[in-house]
Amino acid sequence: MRIAGCNPVYKKLISVTLLLSLLLLGTMVLGLTIGSSGDIGAAWRLLLGWGEADATLEVIVWQLRGPRVILAATVGAALSLGGLVFQALLRNPLAEPYILGISGGSAVGAILGILAGFSLFPGLALSSFVGSLAVLSLVLLLSGRKESNSDSLLLGGVMVNAFCGAIIMFLISVSKTAQMQKIIFWLMGDLSSVGVDNLALLLGVLPCFLLIFLLAQPLNLLLTGRESASAMGVNVAAVTFVLLLTASLMVSLTVCFSGLIGFVGLTIPHVLRLVLGSDHRILIPASVLTGASYLILCDLLARSLPSQGEMSVGIVTALVGAPLFICLLWRGRR
Amino acid sequence: MSLIEVSGVSLRHGDRSVIRHVSVQVERGEFFVIIGPNGAGKTTLLKALAGLHPLAEGSILVRQRLLSRYSRKELARILALVPQQINADFPFTVAETVLMGRYPHLGWLAVEGEKDLRLAEQAMQFTETIHLADRRLNQLSGGERQRVIIARAICQQSEVLLLDEPTASLDPAHQLRIMDLMERLRHEAQITIVMVSHDLNLASSYADRLLLLKDGEVEKVGTPRQVLTGEQLSQSYGCTLLVDENPLMGKPRVSLVSAKVATNTGIPR
Repeated sequence: MRIAGCNPVYKKLISVTLLLSLLLLGTMVLGLTIGSSGDIGAAWRLLLGWGEADATLEVIVWQLRGPRVILAATVGAALSLGGLVFQALLRNPLAEPYILGISGGSAVGAILGILAGFSLFPGLALSSFVGSLAVLSLVLLLSGRKESNSDSLLLGGVMVNAFCGAIIMFLISVSKTAQMQKIIFWLMGDLSSVGVDNLALLLGVLPCFLLIFLLAQPLNLLLTGRESASAMGVNVAAVTFVLLLTASLMVSLTVCFSGLIGFVGLTIPHVLRLVLGSDHRILIPASVLTGASYLILCDLLARSLPSQGEMSVGIVTALVGAPLFICLLWRGRR
Repeated sequence: MSLIEVSGVSLRHGDRSVIRHVSVQVERGEFFVIIGPNGAGKTTLLKALAGLHPLAEGSILVRQRLLSRYSRKELARILALVPQQINADFPFTVAETVLMGRYPHLGWLAVEGEKDLRLAEQAMQFTETIHLADRRLNQLSGGERQRVIIARAICQQSEVLLLDEPTASLDPAHQLRIMDLMERLRHEAQITIVMVSHDLNLASSYADRLLLLKDGEVEKVGTPRQVLTGEQLSQSYGCTLLVDENPLMGKPRVSLVSAKVATNTGIPR
């Protein structure tokens, strides 16, 4: 009686979700209490509601750090889940929104939107979504849709990414100087935008998380073979289409808010697969929670490291993720 | 009334006609094997039976109902497809893989309960894969992997198993193990087996009836003794094949005859 005694999937799901939620809560508290101004102890006391609250600190914690933590969590969750979905559907552990050029495409769309004077919603969100879809179709076309051909997929992505970079630079150099500064900083991955908009992003991507989670088991079946999945009752074309579209939407929305933050979607799913296995019913919620915690920590690091002005979080995620990518590529070649 | 009735079915790959006007019935509880030379359209026909290939002409009835009238999940509760290989890029554990067979029986979230775990366990005991439960797909040998795919199909609790060359690339011991498993499934669980095979001797030993396909058309349907004659096989396969009797099983035995020997002894092609 091996199996019947072993944990059914929902028990594993509950324990993993619970554990990672605690992790997220912990990093959120860290994100709220650590910062350049005010001492940590006072912030802790504020969070716990002990003693007299300092009005300035209260503003810093709730109105400056709070929205930033929420933004970091949302963006991290979306990017990590986006990476997981792309890796599964393209059957390539190195696929990631940033590496495939999907983020770059969204950025081109978003910059065109900024130059056209669109507002954040719906104009900018839409133009960036269109940009991401354009790149996705191009990458799928370039890779010839052959499941085994992983090198051509990455190469296609790298080329599309380089092309997007050139367009971005071109657009920046023809735009007005005032806009230029803003765009460049945003491009490098910027979580400093503060406002209620951050909650709007969270509301926008939450349904995407849910939709992807609902398709977890069909996705599992799909990964063991398209034909047998179809014979077992999975509508393969519909599941693939919905997942690609949802993941692109998620990524393009986060790019609108926080620019280009790379490698989160590579780092987190990779680590989670090593620890949790291949079942996407577990991996999807785990990616969301861990991705959120990870980006809060990266942002904390970017804020705390000594720098001129402020370091962007994209630098930190790339410093961690790019070596991992090279490592994986090297190991895959052997 | 047959379980599966194929009438006048033609299938195409793009412009190319693969199957032409095939009519055949599969009875409940039967061991039915489809044989024929390479490119005869065996696998395509099997996929059409699983509802995975659009029909250019004709109709397929399953339990007196048109295949196209079933929803995918309904069909999956009647027919289970056993593909030749399973993709192991994503190394699910054996237990996870077998449990996937429950998908057509589950609701939206596809969360398995105690009953599903029990069925998976039975399927794994039956296929002797229970000791592999926690192993990952990419750590298994070819024979083990094939048994896991079959366990998943058993876990699907369908009436019919559609198998695509399950013994290809296996050594004789593993081939026999798979075929004996099929035979037991048929006797103990009254499951209908439809199998594509290249191995004429395995087909002869286990099948109730054979369908011999050539160039997309039916050459012959019948018992091994009716279909596996030297004349018929040599003509269909375009080479000299000697058929005698397996002294232990009393079934036709097919042997290859090299071209040189065939010319010398004057056996007709």
